[in-house]
Amino acid sequence: MAPRLVQPEFSVQRDGERCIACGVCVRQCANQVHSYHPEYEEVRAAAERCVGCHRCAWLCPTGALSIIHTPPTYRHGGHWSSEAISNVYKQADSGGVLLGAMGNSQPVPVYWDHLLLNASQVTNPSIDPLREPMELKTFLGRKPDQVELEMSGPEPSLATTLAPQLELSMPIMFSAMSYGAISYPACKSLAMAARELGTLANSGEGGLHPDFWDFGPSMIVQVASGRFGVTPDYLGAAAAVEIKIGQGAKPGIGGHLPGEKVDDSVSRTRMIPVGSDALSPAPHHDIYSIEDLRQLIYSLKEAVRYRKPISVKIAAVHNVAAIASGIVRAGADIVAIDGYKGGTGAAPAMIRDNVGIPIEFALAAVDDRLRSEGIRNLASVVACGGFRCSADVVKALALGADAVYIGTAALIALGCHMCQQCFTGKCNWGIATQDPYLTRRLNPEIGAQRLYNLLSGWAHEIKEMMGGMGINAVESLRGNRHHLRAWGLSDRELKILGISAVGE
Amino acid sequence: MKIIQAIAQYCMNCRLCEINCMVAHSSSRDIITAFRAERERLTSRVTVEQSGPRTFPVQCRFCQDAPCAVACMTGAITQDPATGWVAHDPDKCVGCWMCVMVCPNGAMARDVGGHVTSKCDLCAALDQPACVAGCPNGALVLAERDEVENA
Repeated sequence: MAPRLVQPEFSVQRDGERCIACGVCVRQCANQVHSYHPEYEEVRAAAERCVGCHRCAWLCPTGALSIIHTPPTYRHGGHWSSEAISNVYKQADSGGVLLGAMGNSQPVPVYWDHLLLNASQVTNPSIDPLREPMELKTFLGRKPDQVELEMSGPEPSLATTLAPQLELSMPIMFSAMSYGAISYPACKSLAMAARELGTLANSGEGGLHPDFWDFGPSMIVQVASGRFGVTPDYLGAAAAVEIKIGQGAKPGIGGHLPGEKVDDSVSRTRMIPVGSDALSPAPHHDIYSIEDLRQLIYSLKEAVRYRKPISVKIAAVHNVAAIASGIVRAGADIVAIDGYKGGTGAAPAMIRDNVGIPIEFALAAVDDRLRSEGIRNLASVVACGGFRCSADVVKALALGADAVYIGTAALIALGCHMCQQCFTGKCNWGIATQDPYLTRRLNPEIGAQRLYNLLSGWAHEIKEMMGGMGINAVESLRGNRHHLRAWGLSDRELKILGISAVGE
Repeated sequence: MKIIQAIAQYCMNCRLCEINCMVAHSSSRDIITAFRAERERLTSRVTVEQSGPRTFPVQCRFCQDAPCAVACMTGAITQDPATGWVAHDPDKCVGCWMCVMVCPNGAMARDVGGHVTSKCDLCAALDQPACVAGCPNGALVLAERDEVENA
């Protein structure tokens, strides 16, 4: 093969003193990096194919393998980074669009890390969550302007009819990841964990596999521009329905599941022919205004007999506050806002890395706008896009979110090593693939347990942080920006976030 | 008695079970030493069978009325009628391979180096079989034989 200008990104280092040529790496690498040469009784590596997923290093029984990130050592050019140069080489080779997956891979600021949480000292008592009740229960859905009680009976009762609510054991849900983009066992792990935890998973826009209908009460189902797998029964099976307008990783563009991933099972779930590309148009072709959105929201409300909340998910873009206001006025019970660090199975890298705004600002702006218009109670706000840990979640709640969606963190719990090659369909961890040789690698029993463990740990941490602030319920944390201070931000940024600087 | 249950849908063809089996039955019990110094003498008692993308591990299922014990002409393979345990004594084995022929699971391995058969002993000397302990995906589990047969 003629030499290519693009240089390998990884070096596969095999310790000859430890390698026993057992071939585990050969059998596990879907990128065919490793190969066994019986004539020399040795295993060799073609590093140029390595994507840095670390599957081989994890399973090597003697620890003989190290995968070292070796970005090209072009002469340092400041403006012209090695990545920028490599991207030009790649496109000059292929003539195609640079593809990316998972979230924004650029070293952009993480505003969560500029926010600090409060704790009680002396004048207001902190609460020990191991001794005192600490409430993480969260209800999502439209709340009434006021509540009237019926006091005439022996016990007071609620006279106001409440809109349908989703009851979550904690303010964390699994974000939309479709069957097709991720594997059957990955979907099953998420659904099982959501049911066990008392929270919700999200089907994404790929329909709901018949095996997962039993998990319906623990699922939100999506209606997106492709309308894949949408039937009355599909809408009826779930706890809530989400209209997906946009996604943080790729605002303004549609989706494209390559035909190679559409096997018999995905085909039946999505209701499209085997092997055909599943194309989600960029816009919903029946939504060109807030009025059109209202029609779809109320069509879906009719379809579910007004028994389930309807969510609308948008990407965080420049006018997000005004858009969210329109969505609430259109009748949505939940508004989900996906920041520009949100993940995806495939997106043009230029869009993933350059379109949209950070969730921290979008969330603060939306919460402010809805409050100032007096409609904050009409919809719950769900934030998503790059939540890494429980502290990020607490900060989001304090900025104004009712709950958050986590996607990338959940996949990492399942084994994802963030190699960002989901679009190749060769996920060595059995997550973002439909190859039957690879999907077997994810045992949903193990996956669900790991997700359960992750969120149990986060729930403990959230209770500790809330207790430290002297708060005993997430209801009291939501939008409580007095518990946030920021460092290293400009006055303008502080104003938009609506929080004070450290020391103030 | 408890036997090893193979859950085929979770077998991912890493074959760490084979490697761990060989190490557990080596004299050094050290993976690098075993593969360097004893490789010719090591036979895995578990074999991962493959058909296209589907793979599954096969080892002794400790059948009731084990055909291998019936077929063995030297008394090297015996079955305890009370527990169902199938034992193999390599000192009595003459390598006639009759057990290999009759095993319905293909679980008898030919130890070519010693010209005897070798079969799974559930790693009696360890807390749990090495293949079960080392399976990264829960494809091998210990389970009561009745549960496995009724599954």
